[in-house]
Amino acid sequence: MATDPSASIALRVNGKDVEGRAEARTLLVDFLRDTLRLTGTHIGCDTSQCGACVVHLDGVAVKSCTVLAVQAAGREVRTIEGLADADGSLHPMQEAFRQHHGLQCGFCTPGMVMTAIELAQSAEPLTPEHVREGLEGNICRCTGYHNIVQAVLAGAAAMRQ
Amino acid sequence: MYRFTYHQPADLDEAVQIASSSEDGSYLAGGMTLLPTMKFRLASPSDLIDLGAIEALRGIADEGGRLRIGAASTHAEVAASALVTERLPALAGLAGRIGDPAVRNRGTIGGSIANADPAADYPAALLALDAEVVTNRRTIAAADFFTGFFSTALDPGELVTAVRFAAPAQAAYQKAPNPASRFALVGVFVARHADGARVAVTGAGQFATRYPAFETALDTSFTPAAVAGVTVDEAGLMTDLHASAAYRAHLISVMAKRAVAAC
Repeated sequence: MATDPSASIALRVNGKDVEGRAEARTLLVDFLRDTLRLTGTHIGCDTSQCGACVVHLDGVAVKSCTVLAVQAAGREVRTIEGLADADGSLHPMQEAFRQHHGLQCGFCTPGMVMTAIELAQSAEPLTPEHVREGLEGNICRCTGYHNIVQAVLAGAAAMRQ
Repeated sequence: MYRFTYHQPADLDEAVQIASSSEDGSYLAGGMTLLPTMKFRLASPSDLIDLGAIEALRGIADEGGRLRIGAASTHAEVAASALVTERLPALAGLAGRIGDPAVRNRGTIGGSIANADPAADYPAALLALDAEVVTNRRTIAAADFFTGFFSTALDPGELVTAVRFAAPAQAAYQKAPNPASRFALVGVFVARHADGARVAVTGAGQFATRYPAFETALDTSFTPAAVAGVTVDEAGLMTDLHASAAYRAHLISVMAKRAVAAC
């Protein structure tokens, strides 16, 4: 009889305690999408390059395609679904992406926003150069990044207010 | 990726014990190389021994004039460390330009040097800064640590616990990054120690090495012009889809000049 290779993983996601089964080899992004049905976190390249899968693990931006689900056990994950208020009002960074049209097809946007929020929390004032360097690991194939950079600057300013 | 058994030991002894009793175990640090390699099925360890919970591998401290960086320190931690920024700003700058922010949040110095990628940044710093690699068994001089293409002096099951760097007054690192991966096409680390200059190159050959001809030239005159006068031989340098050996030889010269100028 084959044994079930999966085990139960308990963690906190977007402020709620959740539990689900995963194999040791299950990636965090697959656990979020397939088990928890949080499909806002996207899988782009699946090779740690594109950043569509960025989430916050204990407040730190990580590529969830390159973290095992079991490594998030007992820890706190925040995804794009955890940003807006309960009444639907957008997080300042989301609102800035909307205002500045920082997206075209939107596939990269969840990862862009999660990376941008960490960037906005850095102590130093943000310049366009900082933002471009900070988005090094997030790839958009639609636009020229210009509006994304404008959105991140505006979102960061709004977050600091 | 293929199935494996996951372990999260609480201390070094337990980690080493699991490694020795597993069929083909592998330590997992930040996972920024190992996990993608496993996804490609280029590696299939029987056991993954996650080092993330081991407190002894963390921390950055001054240790008898040397800077001790725990093996599990992430690139982001090294880049942001007030102590590293004050004592070895060139090393903080190097760490802050590895990969991208999310990779720097996970990738570690111990994982990077144990993997010994020929295009990794840290190996050049270890060689130029006369570093010592501390393991669970012994201390290895950086000069003896990198032994070949993705090869180190580490024995099976041996675990890097820290790296201890000398902190000379002047040091600088310059790299020509691959525009996609940010790995070094060529990176040159220059350090001016009391007993002479040390220059180490990464990204160009099979593994990071010192360049004695640069060092001799710099000991005579610590100027960009001095390294510009040294002819870099392309023999033994890598040719791949990113760059030819001749281009890498040219970049070594350019990066060395820039690093000396930045000291």
